[in-house]
Amino acid sequence: MSFWEYANPVRFNRLATTVLPWSAGITALCLSVGLIWGFFFTPDDFRQGSTVKIIYIHVPSAFIAINAWLMMFVTSLVWLIRRHHVSALAARAAAPIGATMTVIALFTGAIWGQPMWGTWWEWDPRLTSFLVLFVFYLGYMALWEAVEDPDKAADLTAVLCMVGSVFALLSRYAVFFWNQGLHQGASLSLDEETNVADVFYYPLLVCLAGFVMLFVTLVLLRTRTEIRARRALALMRRMGEA
Amino acid sequence: MPDLGPYSFYVLTSYGVTLALIFGLVIWSWMRSQRVAAQLKELEEKRQTTQTT
Repeated sequence: MSFWEYANPVRFNRLATTVLPWSAGITALCLSVGLIWGFFFTPDDFRQGSTVKIIYIHVPSAFIAINAWLMMFVTSLVWLIRRHHVSALAARAAAPIGATMTVIALFTGAIWGQPMWGTWWEWDPRLTSFLVLFVFYLGYMALWEAVEDPDKAADLTAVLCMVGSVFALLSRYAVFFWNQGLHQGASLSLDEETNVADVFYYPLLVCLAGFVMLFVTLVLLRTRTEIRARRALALMRRMGEA
Repeated sequence: MPDLGPYSFYVLTSYGVTLALIFGLVIWSWMRSQRVAAQLKELEEKRQTTQTT
């Protein structure tokens, strides 16, 4: 069976309905285990004290904030090239999740920064590019709501998504592009030398898995809703014409 | 409850706001899903009735 067969809305909805209870269960399990492990059973850091516990929500939310936009970029590209409605609706469905994750990353970063850096906010390259990414999320969602014709809205938002991808990339690599600013390098990396200590690393991995599964679950749920809403709109228009 | 020392406000606020936002997003997504499903069902039933009459 080809991957592209899921571009069929009926087949996609069937798949989503089958997968959703499982993905929701895995999400609940990973998030409960990861957050309880991280919050209750990990020690304080010798420099950061108990604020190190914020890492279990800040790092996964920032990871999803950037990668949600990456997913929207890919699905928008699929829409522009192959005109599959499911891909455009999946991008639309992912935007509020990405925006929420961006708010969480910005908020938890600020609240960690106050006791550790001595400031809630700094116009640091990574922080600033993250704030711009959040504005792009808002603009993207507003554009979907503002344009009445769904295909035209999908076209315009796909173009906006391409432009915003620059800031998603900047948010991820700002620390490397400009060797300045307050924000430290990656807490998680395939290169073990730059990782946090194991005692923080493993619960962080479980939390990351939980946030990824939460994203997958919500994208499936919201895309199914968008497909149904689109069908309802088409039916209303057809019945209105008759 | 672990001893969070002088940073308890920062840690608890972070967790509280994050969990509230995540729960809000999940509940909003679920409620919208239910509402749209019910609306579509109603429209399809209405369409079928119109077609048979």
